[in-house]
Amino acid sequence: MVAQDAHDDSHRHAVHAHAAPTSFIRKYIFSLDHKVIGLQYYFLALTAVFVGMFLSLLMRIHMVWPGAVLPLIGEIKPETYLSLLTMHGTIMVFFVLTTAPQGGFGNYFLPIQIGAPDMAFPVLNMLSFWTTFIAFVVILAAFFVTGGAPLHGWTGYAPLSALPSAGPGQQLGADLWITSIAIFCVASLMGALNFITTVLDLRAKGMTMMRMPLTVWSWFITAILGLLAFGVLLSAGILLLLDRNLGTSFYVPLVVVNGQIMGHKGGSPLLWQHLFWFFGHPEVYIAILPGMGVASQLLSTFSRKPIFGYKAMVYALMGIGFLGFMVWGHHMFMSGMSPYSAFAFSIMTMAIGVPSAIKTFNWLGTIRGGRVRFQTPMLYAIGFVSLFVSGGLSGPFLAQPVLDIPLHDTAFVVGHFHLIMGVAAIFGMFAGTYYWFPKMFGRMMDEKWGRVHFFLTLAGTYAIFMPMHYLGMAGQPRRYSQFTELAYLQHLIPLNKFITYAAILTISAQFIFVINLFWSMFKGPKASDNPWEATTLEWTTATPPPHDNFGGKTPVVYRGPYEYSVPGAPKDYVMQNDPATYPTH
Amino acid sequence: MATFSSTVTTTDPVVKDPKTGRGSGGTRPPVPGGGGGDRGGNGSSDHGERLRRTRLGLIVGLVASTMVFVSFTSVYVMRRGLPTLDDRTGGYVRDWLQVSLPTTLLLVNTFLLLLSSITVELARRQITRQAALAPVRSIPGVSIGKEPNFPWLGITVVLGLAFLTGQWMAWRELGNRGFYLATSPSSSMIYVLTGAHALHLAGGLLVLLYAGATALRHKAVEDRRIVVDVTAWYWHFMALVWLYIFALLEFVR
Repeated sequence: MVAQDAHDDSHRHAVHAHAAPTSFIRKYIFSLDHKVIGLQYYFLALTAVFVGMFLSLLMRIHMVWPGAVLPLIGEIKPETYLSLLTMHGTIMVFFVLTTAPQGGFGNYFLPIQIGAPDMAFPVLNMLSFWTTFIAFVVILAAFFVTGGAPLHGWTGYAPLSALPSAGPGQQLGADLWITSIAIFCVASLMGALNFITTVLDLRAKGMTMMRMPLTVWSWFITAILGLLAFGVLLSAGILLLLDRNLGTSFYVPLVVVNGQIMGHKGGSPLLWQHLFWFFGHPEVYIAILPGMGVASQLLSTFSRKPIFGYKAMVYALMGIGFLGFMVWGHHMFMSGMSPYSAFAFSIMTMAIGVPSAIKTFNWLGTIRGGRVRFQTPMLYAIGFVSLFVSGGLSGPFLAQPVLDIPLHDTAFVVGHFHLIMGVAAIFGMFAGTYYWFPKMFGRMMDEKWGRVHFFLTLAGTYAIFMPMHYLGMAGQPRRYSQFTELAYLQHLIPLNKFITYAAILTISAQFIFVINLFWSMFKGPKASDNPWEATTLEWTTATPPPHDNFGGKTPVVYRGPYEYSVPGAPKDYVMQNDPATYPTH
Repeated sequence: MATFSSTVTTTDPVVKDPKTGRGSGGTRPPVPGGGGGDRGGNGSSDHGERLRRTRLGLIVGLVASTMVFVSFTSVYVMRRGLPTLDDRTGGYVRDWLQVSLPTTLLLVNTFLLLLSSITVELARRQITRQAALAPVRSIPGVSIGKEPNFPWLGITVVLGLAFLTGQWMAWRELGNRGFYLATSPSSSMIYVLTGAHALHLAGGLLVLLYAGATALRHKAVEDRRIVVDVTAWYWHFMALVWLYIFALLEFVR
């Protein structure tokens, strides 16, 4: 009855543009295969996340032991602290949160999940990765130039970012930073173009838009956000470079630095903020939407139930994406904007609570009453929901201008955005890694160590970021290199030390993951083609998938992506390419 | 398609209401045209599909390009309205200088660009015809007469280069009138907008040159057709962008 993959004769074979390459360089380095490119993105992000994590470790150590002399690094000076802050934020946001969920998993699984043999434009795909790689090299170079890395934070606020004389890292370091971001924008635009075209044009027969897995929907919406947002950052960055190097005055007003009048006048630092956050807020969703897609996919699969409200999930994704472009001003309540604008931005921001709540309740509805399999990917998907709720609930606080103004420059905001944007998105990546590892490498990851890693990471990240809300309400400022001498913060030092210990523990726990990842790649037990008994198309093909994904057979799709526990079906899941119909009871 | 539907009917008894779980879409008959249909993978031998896909990619790419010009426009408008602190008097003044544009030169450039838009369209139509007739021509013994092969592509490249030269002359003229990049935010924006546009056009020129070079290397006419077609649409779009920029600079001083 189940006639999977039986349609290869009835359809014209997909002709793959490029035959499977044989040389090492064409196969693994300058590969056109979306799967290899996906892995390249993934490992780039894995490298970047360790760099970023190391920087945060240095920051945490410096915060509680300001005078400490570290081996090889020495004492961290205040300007070094600001460099660490800037580079941690930039590397994490661009090269981890933007790169792995979209470039990594999206590249690998989007074409397979829609039944395509590759991305629409494979050469562009390769260029996109290598451009990202160059951007990463350029930003790392900022550490090693005269003056070191920039101090202006990942937001690059002018005039600090626009004046080379503003600090040691603001010379060549800042130029490299802006150049790297501009290159990254170009790479992301190429990637977004590819994703959108692929989804619109390369779906297999029967794969209607409303039969796409929610992962594909989330990558698609993310690509649209990237397409609209990165061009704005690119333009803003070009103008910033002109301000810095060619004497224009877009962002710099008449300023005096060290008693010296700079050549600029009339520019507006707020102009930069508007342009930056017009990109910056959608960027938050670029980071988190793929995680939402993975969570939806996994909660359904491991609860053995259809996703609760598939259409609502799709429309909620669209709603979040749309509203994401309307709310950039809520990052700028401190700028002295008109209270009327602030009110509008505030209302729009709280409106995002509606689609977010739809998603959250649908996730809970999906688990409810299911025969839940608590395997590592599922644990991470549940962890994602938990972090999304915990981090999201402080959002409506910060959406109020009256509350945001006292909280804005405190650790409260640090706790908020790390939980929802940082850790939740990272949990989405972990979930994706544990879930798709068997398909990518043909072996299973170790389940026991996966659980240990999950519980340590969950407890650790909550221990780091939850107390920050309290610290912020108690008035601990963020971005300060040193606050241990301030009398009113003395009683908070023990809590700060606790956070640092938790950070050390959590970072150490990540080595469990890395060892598990690489050990399982070579020594893990062999995986079957569909170890999780999931329904989407990547589980219909061989493990790991052949060069053209389906071995010359074009899949035909007959049903939605989440058909679990279908009454009358022989198993508790029905694959998307299963043409059978089942009598309902 | 016939085998496709027979697969469905032979599987199981017909189900009255094949809805299954909540929101999962249920079991419905396959929707033949719903997904990508019969489309092969990338690089499928069907040129029509590849042309359509590349055009779609172009449209998506032009959205990104548009966002760049939209950002510059919003900077233009916002920066234009900003007062600045005068360090001598301590009062607020407007530092947005009225730039006297070399309008005549720019009108000549506009004419050249619009002319190149026409020639690139003629090139596109010519190669479309050639691509359509290529299969017929390949039949042995069939002769369909001589197909015109006018160098519209080369003329477009010359006109495009003439436009870029004209823009460079306009920049020189602005410099002669005392308006450099950093003179005033108005002159900065003129250089930024025209520069971004010139870069876009230069990219288009490179692709046209590539199409010409592949013609010399006897690449299949269908492949060249895709390149020329997409670049032609890109070229038209850039002509529109230029008209927009010119209007902005001329009327929103």
